[in-house]
Amino acid sequence: MISPGLAIPLALWVPLLGCLAIWLLDKSPNLREAATLITGAILFALTVTIFIAVSTGQRPGFQALEVIDGLPIAFQAEPLGALFAVIASGLWLVTSVYSIGYMRAGNEKHQTRFYMSFAVAISAAIGVAFAANLFTLFIFYEVLTLSTFPLVTHKGDEAARRGGRIYLGVLMATSIGLFLPAIVWTYVITGSTDFVEGGLLAQHVDAAGPIVGILLGLYAFGIGKAALMPVHPWLPNAMVAPTPVSAFLHAVAVVKAGVFAILKIVVYIFGIDLLKDTGASIPFMWIAAGSILLASAIAMNQDNLKARLAYSTVSQLSYITLGAMLATQMGVMGGAMQIAAHALGKMTLFMCAGAIYVAHHKTLISEMRGLGRVMPFTFGAFFLGAMSIVGLPPMAGSWPKFFLMWGAADAGQLAIIVVLIISSIVNVVYLLSIPVQAFYMNPAQDGAKPQGAGGAFIDWGALKEAPILCIAPPIFTAAGVIALFFFIDPLYRFLLPLVGGG
Amino acid sequence: MNLAAQLAVLPVIIPLVAAPITLLLPQGRAPHLWATLISWLTFAVSIALVSMVSNAGVISYHLGDWAPPLGIEYRIDMANALVLALVSGIGAVVFAFAYRSVEREVDPRQSTFFYCAMLICLTGLMGVTITGDAFNVFVFLEISSLSTYALIAMGAKSDRRALTAAFNYLVMGTIGATFFVIGIGLLYQATGTLNMADLHDRLAGQSNRMVEAGFAFIVVGIGLKLAMFPLHLWLPNAYTYAPSAVSAFIAATATKVAVYVLIRFFYSVFGFDFAFVGHAFTYVLLPLGLAGMFIASLVALFQDDVKRMLAYSSVAQIGYMLLGLSFATVEGLTASLVHILNHALMKGALFMAVACVVFRTGSHSIQAFAGLAKRMPVTTWAFILSGLSLIGVPLTVGFISKWYLLTAAFAAGHWYAAFLIVASSLIAMAYIGRVAEMMLLREPPSEGPYAAAKEAPMSMLIPMWVLVAANIYFGVRTEFTGDMAARAAEALMLVAGGAP
Repeated sequence: MISPGLAIPLALWVPLLGCLAIWLLDKSPNLREAATLITGAILFALTVTIFIAVSTGQRPGFQALEVIDGLPIAFQAEPLGALFAVIASGLWLVTSVYSIGYMRAGNEKHQTRFYMSFAVAISAAIGVAFAANLFTLFIFYEVLTLSTFPLVTHKGDEAARRGGRIYLGVLMATSIGLFLPAIVWTYVITGSTDFVEGGLLAQHVDAAGPIVGILLGLYAFGIGKAALMPVHPWLPNAMVAPTPVSAFLHAVAVVKAGVFAILKIVVYIFGIDLLKDTGASIPFMWIAAGSILLASAIAMNQDNLKARLAYSTVSQLSYITLGAMLATQMGVMGGAMQIAAHALGKMTLFMCAGAIYVAHHKTLISEMRGLGRVMPFTFGAFFLGAMSIVGLPPMAGSWPKFFLMWGAADAGQLAIIVVLIISSIVNVVYLLSIPVQAFYMNPAQDGAKPQGAGGAFIDWGALKEAPILCIAPPIFTAAGVIALFFFIDPLYRFLLPLVGGG
Repeated sequence: MNLAAQLAVLPVIIPLVAAPITLLLPQGRAPHLWATLISWLTFAVSIALVSMVSNAGVISYHLGDWAPPLGIEYRIDMANALVLALVSGIGAVVFAFAYRSVEREVDPRQSTFFYCAMLICLTGLMGVTITGDAFNVFVFLEISSLSTYALIAMGAKSDRRALTAAFNYLVMGTIGATFFVIGIGLLYQATGTLNMADLHDRLAGQSNRMVEAGFAFIVVGIGLKLAMFPLHLWLPNAYTYAPSAVSAFIAATATKVAVYVLIRFFYSVFGFDFAFVGHAFTYVLLPLGLAGMFIASLVALFQDDVKRMLAYSSVAQIGYMLLGLSFATVEGLTASLVHILNHALMKGALFMAVACVVFRTGSHSIQAFAGLAKRMPVTTWAFILSGLSLIGVPLTVGFISKWYLLTAAFAAGHWYAAFLIVASSLIAMAYIGRVAEMMLLREPPSEGPYAAAKEAPMSMLIPMWVLVAANIYFGVRTEFTGDMAARAAEALMLVAGGAP
């Protein structure tokens, strides 16, 4: 058993070594994919080691080097980071399996570059997860942006270039234009950028000053990866990427790195109490609430499945921002759980979208009517994932909504509860309608009104599913969505130290 | 006498003596090897000086044993020791890099003259930096400028516009030098001395019209030399049409040395006892620095010639340096000095990458960069990494510069300046991104003049990657840049006398 202190540097280096191995094995795809899977398995084992250590109250960490006085590159595991790392590395393994099926079925070019970029991206995500200070977090945040750029522009055509330009433009502009000044400002005020329990700024700023609100705004919009409106446009534009990229990066690693950073900053830089006392987070709570509703409204009008899922992601991410901005313990708890639940659920949906594309080359929802009868497993998994996103038991997604409502009640923001309810209803409309139409309607005919299918249901003899490697991963994560519902209590207790309990 | 005692004069003497010897060498490889050897020797001496100053404090060397203020004094403190190391270090890399590039871009009959002029230019820049005598600054400034005019004109083999660029620079540069020498003359009139330290003592309390006029002449004169916006008009053409190796060398050194001279005059000669120094900071350097940052960056965004784009970017980056020193705080001055060092590293590497592209395609138009990631991957990644450094991405020197500058801006209460700094970086992101996208995401042309491009030769790649590696190394280790710059800034502030 590796000591948790050693596991953190290893978790950072293993994917980079994997990247090297992938590069060296360029000529033999089977070995190359084996390298990815082995790297993924080792990484998952490492993050689980750290997770277990953190659950027993340890806080392993180390300092790599000090760049400028008071500005070290340092790492420390705490509950939120350990959770994020386990989710990211576990789902990377799942995605890798899925990618192999998807990329081979689609005969995609530049596969070596694809897997290499993925490996660098996961290393960066792990760096974000275990960063012990804002400076380290910022470094890996930028590495994550840059390493995913080749993935977004993978197809290399004009649409990919345009998407890539917006992706890089928005993420870099917000991070350098707002996030970096916010970090420097924090450093100038406190002489440090360390994540401190109870909040770094809580010890320094006169709690009445408007500076808290300004800084919080810089962080909230500077972390473009959290896709709080209006800095969300990169997310739908990143959908030009191959589906495994959308599934993993734009439902899990990249976006979760963003909301993770927001939660972490609220808890460890500001401190929940400071925000509660100053009320500085209330405007951003409303912006997040607006973002939830607005993005859902846009999602409803998208006929392209990936675009609809992208806007749904924008909406769901704002749940986490909302949880942070409620500045209550249960709000933060809900936000942290949403990181886990949404990752599983949304990843299922994206992988299903990819499977549909691989098997039938369909991207528009209106063309998917009746498709459930030949792809029952895919749409079955989609149905479970969608239920979780909506927040229906017995799916994992129901817990974050519960805790967020609890948090909103604690904060005395009853209107937020209404927002959450409306959002869930809208989610039913635009997500659950997809599998329902796929199962119960006839394929769209030219000009004809969509019809109910009547008696005919699944024709087991004429199934036309995607390759097994594309269909097993979403079924697996869909099962995970149900499992997480029942294992929420251990997660709750694991996260308790985050909000000062436990 | 032992060598250690004479060390302070060697960085000037070595290239100065070596330059005419170059002319005696046969054409071909010899002049290049000789000049490279000399540049490495100069660099070694400079490093020795840095460590001496760092350990033992200020070195004062009396030329010909004539005691100052009558004799000429070479005075090396932390600030100019760093600039010396920078100039000779860039020299050592660029000289080694130059051979193949010069072979292609400069008339072979001129190659001995070329390396001779390069060494004279190095002499001048080292001299400006090392001397403690105001008039001596002028002399060396002219030595470096005159040789630079000649070097730029040698770009005429590739593009005849190099001749007009050199001539324009000559006119503007001479006006600058004249202003500068008039300013020195006025100070001499007022004080009867030319030694900088002595000038500082004797100027104390003399706030009269003559001193004010002298100050104004000096600022404008140096402003021209360092391409302070809007006195930068000579720079874009000069950098664009000069031979690529010359662009790399002067972009990384000449303007930096001029900024150093400005700092020296503001802080060591005048100091904050004079109200006009504070006014110059608030009403001249701060607004002009900000304006340069933005306007030049925006202009850079619309250039289709990559060398010209980098040239405008240099004008913008000089804005950062001016901004830093205009805060008149230790942090601001540190930021300025750090950026002098760091910008030299990034711009040197960028110009060298362009030189590699020119070597293989014969053009520095953005069209020539299409699809180079496939044809010249090593060069492409050098360009992209140094470009990221220019933008200020973490783990590069550009980030360190930005960090110091932003902390200085917040600490000085100029929080609006902090946001303008990052906004200007975003424009840098756009113009570097344009070229990077061209290199990474376009298909390489299958026909036409650029179709045959392949990777540049090792003799160019290795020196270029030395600078790229420096961009990364000093991006995570700041003992040699940040800490020393901070010590230099503290010493300068002490002489200048607190806040204005």
